[in-house]
Order: sequence, then structure tokens, then C-alpha cells
Amino acid sequence: MSAIEKNKTTVDGGACGAPPPNHHLPDEVLLDYASGAADEGVSLLVATHLTLCPICRDRAAELDALGGELVENLPPADLSDDAFAKLLARLDEPGSEPAAAEPARKEQATDDATLPRVLQRYVGAAAQDIPWQPLGLGVDHVDLSVEGGSRAMLLRVPEGRAVPQHTHEGNEYVLVLQGGFSDAHGHFVRGDVEASDDSVDHRPVADGGEDCICLAVTDAPLKLTSLVGRALNRFAKL
Amino acid sequence: MSESEAAARPEPGPAEHAVWMRAVAEERSRGAFARLFAHFAPRLKAYLMRSGSDEQSAEELVQEAMMIVWRRAESFDPKQASVATWMFTIARNKRIDGYRRNNRPELDPEDPALTPQPEPMQDDQVGVRQTAEAIREAIAALPEEQAEMLRLAFYEDKAHSEIADQTGLPLGTVKSRLRLAIGKMRGLVDDELR
Ligand SMILES: [Zn+2]
Repeated sequence: MSAIEKNKTTVDGGACGAPPPNHHLPDEVLLDYASGAADEGVSLLVATHLTLCPICRDRAAELDALGGELVENLPPADLSDDAFAKLLARLDEPGSEPAAAEPARKEQATDDATLPRVLQRYVGAAAQDIPWQPLGLGVDHVDLSVEGGSRAMLLRVPEGRAVPQHTHEGNEYVLVLQGGFSDAHGHFVRGDVEASDDSVDHRPVADGGEDCICLAVTDAPLKLTSLVGRALNRFAKL
Repeated sequence: MSESEAAARPEPGPAEHAVWMRAVAEERSRGAFARLFAHFAPRLKAYLMRSGSDEQSAEELVQEAMMIVWRRAESFDPKQASVATWMFTIARNKRIDGYRRNNRPELDPEDPALTPQPEPMQDDQVGVRQTAEAIREAIAALPEEQAEMLRLAFYEDKAHSEIADQTGLPLGTVKSRLRLAIGKMRGLVDDELR
């Protein structure tokens, strides 16, 4: 908390490039990411925000350091007697480079001013080639495939339209990638995250002067039908 | 080692760990690697077992984590993290990659979209070692209940709902206590570093 407060005053007129975001991830979400308890959708949200937010990168590093200290303090467990000998033997094996998964991670992402690379891996395309699906009333979305209980999607909302939100259980996080939106809690631009729980109903409206593209993650499972229904209801009320 | 010998020779600390890492990175020293293994592998195994691995998979994950330590030693940056923190993140990621189809989503440090650190924050930076020290003292100074929540969250990789089940506290209470514990820890760390 204090890091955020402290930096709010210093970020304007900081280094070249975009200023850091003003709306950040809650501590308990960063903690889940540091501990590994966050599922894939929430982790994707966190990694995307961390790319765009040096303040939360510091907070996340502090929680990693907490994890390091806690593990350092654990009573050591006995290893099997030959554990180190086995490891040495593996170091000598040719072609035992770790992680066959690594080439996949290194898959060259095209550089893209909108989507951070970690997100491009999930979208499978740069921003101009996203396979948008209409969600109704000019709003498009594309579902991202993530394991675990959460859902992740990209939304594209034309200026002046409501950003569909669909929290009826659990938490929803909306991270702006392009354009912006405003609601009772303020103005949200690239890098900002709005976190809402099921008690919140605040109708964000896209207002960034261009299409608003955002990453929406819900940490409770939702049915698409109810999602679309709620989104359309929301528009109908406008 | 007898108890008196153990007492006579103090446990090597973060400074020694960093020296060993440098020897592995620069000289490919197997002696230094053996020291790192002796110190960290049993702790990583303890961590992995608390996080739900059985004995055998914990041993295997430790092997894989230590392979990464050996191969990527030169990517360890003592200005970014302590050795303990780096080891923890490697073991954590190995554990997650073991049960997920995709690697844990992480930012790409080469991403041109990476928003740089504003200058004032860079001037502000304190050493990794001071931070680690301050965190250790903060954990010790936290009320036991809060320290225990943080331990549960980390060692046992508990979703908040599981912590709620285990502690018998309502989910909302678990979340607010976790938030309090982190806030308190941050406050103590900041005081320590000021
Ligand atoms: Zn942030």
C-alpha cells in the first residue's frame, strides 16, 4: 500500500514512455500469484498487468521474496542418499537440456503495441488479427483457453458503449489494453485494472476516443449463456 | 555432523549463497553447486511436500529445479532477488508446470510493451539482501496468527477457500486477514528499510 501511495506522487513526469497505471491489483491476488495458488486465468491477468505496471512488479517481487524467506525457514526434509549423485549424472547427460516446453515459450511473438507477449501466447494473434466474435450491440469478444476455475476473454467495446460485466459470484477483473472506460470508481486507461466483487454494479462505459480493448477475467465459472444474457440486459437498460 | 560441530560452524547465509551461485555461473563449479544443493534441496523438498507432492514427485521436482539452477545460473541476478527467492520461484514454477498444460503465465522481460521503472523509483531501490533481512524480521515480528496465514498461503498453496475450511473462518474473513497480514508485513519492511 505505502509503495503505491508513495509512487503516485512521483510517477508523473517520470521516465520516458507511458506512465505507470493508477489502478492496481489487490494484495491477495498478487499473493496468490506469488504462491502459485492463482489459477491460469488470474495468473494471465497478473502477468499482463505486471508487464505494464512497474509498481506492482515491485510488490510482486516483495511477495516472491517473502516466499523465498518462508521456504528458507522451513525445516529441511531428508533427501534420498543418492539424490546428488543422480543429479550429477544428469548434468553429464548430453541433450538433457531442461524443459522440452521451452521452445513453445520462446515462440516468437510479433511485436504488438496493444497485447503484451504473455497475452499474445493465449490469443494466438497480434491485436489486428484477433478472431473477434460478436457478443451483441457492437461488442466483440474472444474467449481465451485457460485451465482451472476462472474464465478469461478479450472484449472490444466501441466508444460510448457499456463494458459488459457479469459478476454474480466471485470476482471479476477488467484490465484495459487499449482506449479506456469510466465509471463511479474513476477513469481506467491502458494498464489499469478494475477489480469488482459480486456486490458491485457500476456500469463502466468506454470513453477512450477509440475502441476499448480489455482483458476480462472472472475467478468463478460462468455459463456463456448467462454472460451474454446479462451483457445484453445491461445494454437494454442503457 | 555432531551437534557441537553444527553449533561451532554457523549456517552459511545469503552472502555465501550468492558467492556459490557466482561460482556455478562463472566457473561451472560443481563444488559450489554441491553446497547449494546441500542447503536448498532439502528445503525445496520440504516446500514441495507441504504443497501436496508425494515424496517421490517432490524428489523428482527438486532434481528438475536444481537442473535449472545449474543450466541457468548465469541468468541469476543478485540485484533482482536473493538466491533463496530465486530457488523458490524455480521450484514453484516447476510444480505448476507439472500439472498445467501451459507454463505459468509470466511477463516476458524482453517484451517491448514492458513499462519501464520511473526514475524516482530506481533511486529509491534498496539492496536485495536488506529487503530479505527486513522480510525475515517482519515475519518474526508479525502476530502469530498473521504469520500463520502467510505460511499457509505459501507453503501449502492453499486457495483462500481451503484456508477458510482449514481454519474454520469465513472466506471474507480469510481474505481480509490475508490483506491485513500483507499490509502489516509491508509496513514492518518499510520501517526496517527507512
Ligand atoms: Zn499495478
